[in-house]
This record gives sequence, structure tokens and C-alpha cells, in this order.
Amino acid sequence: MDCKSAQTLLDGYLDGELDPVRNLEIENHLHRCARCSQSYNDREAIRAGLKTGSFYFKAPADLRNRIQRSVRRTAKAEASPDWLSWSWPGVAVPITVAALVILIVVPFFLRPSSEEFLTQEVVSSHIRSLMANHLADVPSSDQHTVKPWFNGKLDFSPPVKDLANQGFLLVGGRLDYLDSRPVAALVYQRDKHVINVFIWPSDRTGETGAAPVARQGYNLFHWTGSGMTFWVASDLEQSQLEQFVAMLKGQMPAT
Amino acid sequence: MGDQSKAARFERSILPHLDAAYNLARWLTRNQHDAEDMVQEAYLRAFKFFDGFHGTDARAWLLTIVRNTCYTWLQQNRGRETTVSFDEEIHATESELSNPATLVLKSGDMEMLKMALEELPVEFREVIVLRDLEEFSYKEVAEIANIPMGTVMSRLARARERLKRILCVRLKENL
Repeated sequence: MDCKSAQTLLDGYLDGELDPVRNLEIENHLHRCARCSQSYNDREAIRAGLKTGSFYFKAPADLRNRIQRSVRRTAKAEASPDWLSWSWPGVAVPITVAALVILIVVPFFLRPSSEEFLTQEVVSSHIRSLMANHLADVPSSDQHTVKPWFNGKLDFSPPVKDLANQGFLLVGGRLDYLDSRPVAALVYQRDKHVINVFIWPSDRTGETGAAPVARQGYNLFHWTGSGMTFWVASDLEQSQLEQFVAMLKGQMPAT
Repeated sequence: MGDQSKAARFERSILPHLDAAYNLARWLTRNQHDAEDMVQEAYLRAFKFFDGFHGTDARAWLLTIVRNTCYTWLQQNRGRETTVSFDEEIHATESELSNPATLVLKSGDMEMLKMALEELPVEFREVIVLRDLEEFSYKEVAEIANIPMGTVMSRLARARERLKRILCVRLKENL
């Protein structure tokens, strides 16, 4: 065996990957050739150095936990349907479509049942307040009288705004009962039109736009914001009521 | 078989090879943060394909996935990576020092060897890590790195030769 072929087989020899015949040939060559023998010693020294263990990076302690968590999460997400685990790309589109259907179409059918009920409650409450001569428990046009009045009667403090300059006169406040809980009702008046504003804490965070609803000749607006649920009911014309709502929401500057 | 048991089987057979997975990713990416990301991603891929794993060597199977994950990442971050285009001419320097590797290693300067390994092009680093640190056979290295067996041996030869030369140069600088 010459040096050239010995050099190409040196690593195989070092790693014990050669057949016995080749092994013997290399051994014979190394006995005779000092240069190849030196190459062999160098390689062996390098390999020995690499194997000392200081080159092996051990995984950080928390990596195992992180992987375990994400694997378990994925296992849960894969859940029962078997077809989810193979051909993931193939089902991604149908899943997206299904998700959209669930997110958009289903609430469309579900919402009315619970929300329609509340809408009816608000309308009834509004009508009742007009009938029974029981519009306000605290008749006052002063926001600093109305707001403190709720203290001790409710477990929250409703925002009370003075909109007299905008043509919406605060008439007073009263306790009401909606959505299975005591709520604050603020009463405003514009000309002869009475406006009830029902307020109670919302478990939803973030703001939603005010949505107009009409029931039995009354106009209603509903929204959440600042951690509160708001319902406004009145026989006032919708565009004027919308103005009022915008001012309540603080979107329109008080002029 | 339920998914609960799939996760349990996966944790039992694949999770124990975390150190091997991390070690390979750490050497291929050359930094801890990316290595952790690679390993985490590889484990999730492995879990997805776990139903298709019927082999006996879970460590080799996992490292194949780790290796592929890292290579995808390397291709996207190729700018930082040295490629296999080193000039073979430095060959001449080696004869001046009789046995550089032995000298360095006798001095116990493992840090120098470690830096030399980090300097190697990724294809060489890979075979060294798989063979000398993980102690896979040539056949297994060939399967994990997706190269022919003959290439494994020639790459190892060039990788070790290159390590020797880097040590040579370093040693001369220090003398």
C-alpha cells in the first residue's frame, strides 16, 4: 500500500470501519512509514481530545420542560380526529374555513337568544320607568349629587356626565334591575323625550362600537367600554340619540 | 391508540435524547439561543411525524430531524456561515511542526481545539460531532447527514486534517 491510499483510509482505520484485510494492510504500512504514522497519531490525538467530554453541550435545564409543555399542548390540539395528525397541510384550509364559520356564522345564530332577551328587558325597564311615575330615585340635575347617591347601593360607581350644554339635561338617577343584577339608571331629557342610560360592570374588556337597535318604536344603543356595559333607550330620533351616545362615550367634544 | 399515549410514548422514547439533540444543534448553529429554538422546533416536528417512526434507533431518528431543521435555518442565515471553500494550500505549514495536535492536546489546551472545531465549515463540523461526540457508525452518520458512506470517511479525513492545520497555525501564533 502506498502513502496516498493509506492517507485516504487512515480515518476509516482509526474509527474501526475497515474490513480486516484493509486493516492489516494499513497496519503494515504504518509500521514502515513514519510520515503516515505521524498523521495517524495526530488524528488520534485530536479524536482523543474531542472525546474528553468538554466538547459536549448539555441542554439547559428548562429546555426539557419547555419541550414537554409544547408537546403536550400539541397532543391536546391534535385531539381525537385521527386525520389531523397526518396530512396537516391538506386539512389546514378546511380547518380555517370551519374556524371562520364557527367564529362568524355561529355567533350570528347564537347571539340573539341571550341578547334579544336583554334587549327586551331594557325596553321593558325603560317603559316601566315612564309609566309608574318612578323615573328617578334621586331627582337632580347635578352630576355631583347623582353620582355619590349610588354609593352603598351598588358595588360600582357609574360614570355620570353633565351634558346640559349639549341640550341633554340630567334629570336624575335610580336603581334598576337588569341582566340578573342591580344596575345604575341615569335619566336624561331632551325636550319632552326621556332617555334612560343603564350602566353595569362588564366582564368584557376593550371597547365595542355602539350598535343601534329599534324595538316597539324605541331606539336603543348598546356598547361596552371602560369596563362597563351601557344601554341607552329612548323614543328620541335615532340620529339625535346617536349624538347623545357619542357624547357619553366621550367621542364628541363637549362644546 | 389514543393521543394521550402517543405523547407519553414520545416522551419516553424521544425526550431522553435531548442532550444529543441540543449538542448537535449547538454545534451547527454555534450559539445557545438559536440551538434552543432549533431543538424545540425539531421536537415538535418529531412529534408530528412520530407515528411514522418504527425504527429502533430513536436518537438517530431525532438527530436527522434536528439536523434538517438546523440546515433549513442555516440556509436562511447563510451569511454568517463559512462554506467548504477553504484553500488546500496551507498544507505546507504542517511539516514545520512535527506533531502539532499532540503538542496542543498535551498542553491540555482544549479551548484551542474547541475554537478550531467552531471554525470548521458546517459540513465538517457535522460529521465530527456525529462521529466523535455522538459515536455513530459511518453508516448512521451517512443516514443522518444524508450523504454516501464514502463521503463520510472523506469528510472526516478532511475535517480532522483541517483541525490539525488550524491548531498548527494557532500554535505558531502563540510561540
